[in-house]
Amino acid sequence: MSFAVNRQNDVIIIDVEGQLIVGNRQELKEKVLQELEGGGRKFLIDFARTGYIDSSGLGVLVSLSKKIREQGGELRLANLNEDLRTLFELTKLDTLFQISKSRDEALSSF
Amino acid sequence: MSADIVLELPNDLRAIERAVEYLLARCSEAGFDCDRVGLKLRVGVTEALSNAMLYGNARDPRKRVLVEATVAAESVTVRVTDEGHGFDPDSLPDPTLPGNLSRPGGRGIYLIRTLMDRVEFNERGNSITMVLHREPSGAEARSWPQ
Repeated sequence: MSFAVNRQNDVIIIDVEGQLIVGNRQELKEKVLQELEGGGRKFLIDFARTGYIDSSGLGVLVSLSKKIREQGGELRLANLNEDLRTLFELTKLDTLFQISKSRDEALSSF
Repeated sequence: MSADIVLELPNDLRAIERAVEYLLARCSEAGFDCDRVGLKLRVGVTEALSNAMLYGNARDPRKRVLVEATVAAESVTVRVTDEGHGFDPDSLPDPTLPGNLSRPGGRGIYLIRTLMDRVEFNERGNSITMVLHREPSGAEARSWPQ
């Protein structure tokens, strides 16, 4: 389980590999907040290589979304698999986030 | 509950994934359709265990979490019990209401109740029993998002 942080132009892209769960959510939070403090305002979290997100992982995404918006930034999510999309729909978080089918679609939406 | 599987876990979040994978493997061996039960069982057990460790046992490494499971022909039953004082499961707000959507917490029990076929708590509130049927229930056909 790891988080890879890359930049494409002014967009900070975080790839979540494995799972986003109670055991590693803090690591993601720290990485995003570090970039936010460094001046980053456009964030894309890519779940193409993510198998599972638990309620703590969903919670950290909600928390980060709020912090990014408070700083005038934007957060996009991309590449949710069928199970992950189901979790977002059940919790109605699909209405809170801008979710793209692909990385390119998300990048072009900023 | 007479359980086929009894796991006594340390109060360590790292133990969750291994326990979930073990239970999923046992269900698969018993012929359960992993495409159908995989997400539901993973969510149910993961959320119940993290609640037990974080809130029930209050992250205390000296405490333990008991998992009892029975994989039967028609259903799988999992009970998760912690050493805490318990809580009132009916006191939790609906996290899908517009005013609660931007709250970071409060989705674990909601997901368990939504995805499992039956959920019961003991009177003290430190033990949750979850049942998942092999075949989709009628209620599921109505509630599953399209």
